[in-house]
Amino acid sequence: MLGVEAQKPPKGKWTTAPFDPRFPNQNQTRNCYQNFLGETWGAGRKSPDYHRCVKAMNRRGKSAQPCEYYFREYRSLCPISWVQRWNQQIQDGTFAGKI
Amino acid sequence: MACPYQMGFQDATSPIMEELLNFHDHTLMIVFLISSMVLYLISLMLATKLTHTNTMDAQEVETVWTILPAVILILIALPSLRILYMMDEINDPSLTVKALGHQWYWSYEYTDYEELDFDSYMIPTTDLNPGELRLLEVDNRVVLPMEVPIRMLISSEDVLHSWAIPSMGLKADAIPGRLNQMTITSSRPGLFYGQCSEICGSNHSFMPIVIEMVPLEVFEDWTLSVT
Repeated sequence: MLGVEAQKPPKGKWTTAPFDPRFPNQNQTRNCYQNFLGETWGAGRKSPDYHRCVKAMNRRGKSAQPCEYYFREYRSLCPISWVQRWNQQIQDGTFAGKI
Repeated sequence: MACPYQMGFQDATSPIMEELLNFHDHTLMIVFLISSMVLYLISLMLATKLTHTNTMDAQEVETVWTILPAVILILIALPSLRILYMMDEINDPSLTVKALGHQWYWSYEYTDYEELDFDSYMIPTTDLNPGELRLLEVDNRVVLPMEVPIRMLISSEDVLHSWAIPSMGLKADAIPGRLNQMTITSSRPGLFYGQCSEICGSNHSFMPIVIEMVPLEVFEDWTLSVT
């Protein structure tokens, strides 16, 4: 996997997922899911996301290192078992999220 | 932790819990005053042979005992709302920890950096060391840094549970498929105990929670030692 040292976003050291004003309430389920979706399925989504970031950076010839930010955001928020289950579903082709 | 024959709340560990303790003192005092006044009036009424059976109107006293309760309720509502909004303040957590309920233990995940996760089972009574607390000790405690806001995300892997720490004024239901967020800020180091607070089967009473609040350097050393 990606090492800790390689995952430094531009603004400085990663501490944890910051407050997201789109999800101000107690129920953070959507926050986790949205960040995971944004990371996995880039094209066509309105919010900034991992794959779009990677594509844009590659087009400009820059390193995609800052994109690791979105990866780390969903890793911080989502339970490990959820991520594993979704990744398995993606591999099996049974993932219900928008492709 | 709670002590035998304890009547009141546990000592506060977080600023919100301190506010709640003060609010509870304030409200309970009002309740005691009203109750003792009512009891006194009832005893007065019962202890006299005088009667007065033809009261037609009593505008002045009616006004007083309408306005005065409204004022008392406002005096209770304003601090209550203040604390309610204080609980909802936006803060900037420095750490995210997930607590997942299982039948019948908790598992904790620290995934901000490396993937650190472990299970936390209650220590059976027969395995306790002298001085340890029955039905409250666990094998792996949740070690957290003190004096920083920490985001806790609570969920469940099977049935409903509830993650509660009374001395911090925290309780959130652990619901499968849902992530409930709470913020912990501890004012002091130490061990803080809680128990599962939603019926979840035969061992519902035997899946406690123990938080170990330590200074940041000690927390960093601990994370290095367990990963």
